[in-house]
Amino acid sequence: MAPARHHPRVATYPLARHLLRARDLVDSGYTEPLDLEALASAAHVSPRHFSREFRRTFGETPYQYLLTRRLERARHLLRTTDLQVAEVCLAVGFSSVGSFTTTFRRHVGVSPTSYRRENNGPSAADRIPLCFAMAWARRPGVGAFREDTTPGAD
Amino acid sequence: MLEAVSHVAVWVHDQDEAKAFYTEKLGFEVREDATLDELGGYRWLTVGPPDQPDVNLMLTQPGPPAFDEDTKNEILALVAKGALGPGILRTEDCRKTCKELEERGVELASQPEERFYGIDATVRDPSGNMWRIVQPIEYDLEAMKS
Repeated sequence: MAPARHHPRVATYPLARHLLRARDLVDSGYTEPLDLEALASAAHVSPRHFSREFRRTFGETPYQYLLTRRLERARHLLRTTDLQVAEVCLAVGFSSVGSFTTTFRRHVGVSPTSYRRENNGPSAADRIPLCFAMAWARRPGVGAFREDTTPGAD
Repeated sequence: MLEAVSHVAVWVHDQDEAKAFYTEKLGFEVREDATLDELGGYRWLTVGPPDQPDVNLMLTQPGPPAFDEDTKNEILALVAKGALGPGILRTEDCRKTCKELEERGVELASQPEERFYGIDATVRDPSGNMWRIVQPIEYDLEAMKS
């Protein structure tokens, strides 16, 4: 009889842990084009299953989370740097200034230029670590939150 | 008079895996690792940064009899979805530290990024606990707008 093979014990994690890995990919790669397939792959699930479970777990779609991250960074850059709006647009992962401006206005309420004029310099919230600032800056009810171009990860 | 924060609990799915991550990846040292037979095999496992001997993380695995199965699963589900991020780790050089961590196989949850309060990045332990790695800079609160 062959001796029993001993395998190292491997912790098993709930699906949420794998979805979190995909959400982290958004946080680390938001400046690059990210599509649904790449995010689903990071979570080791099918794209269709991924979108549904992501929303169920985190309360928003992957694309909404991606936009939140990009717009948070855009607001930071507009407040604290001299970068042109077009440079900010590209720096946070948008490919079209028109799309960026429209999305920014929809989410923030004013255009990037107006936002910079009204919020020049750091705010009190800028001392708060990003994860808290982003979580608490999220708008309740995400149904109206979308980009004007075809989303790749919703 | 309270003197200091000495121990902070970090919920983990698997103590062996957590111990390996915090020591081999983050460079912490094991302070205590005791399996207590008189407590049904409860494992008291603490780690901490070598240069900060009075602060300990208690790497704690929830489960019976302290927590019933449902409660255990609820705690671990919250950890797994990143809802129980434990805290912030300070470094003198965020980019250098992150490079070293990546060389040890740590996957950054966010890359070093300049913020108003410093340069910061993020790592997660295997369970899902998030640690921000911050290279702080001095800032003037008075000069900030409310």
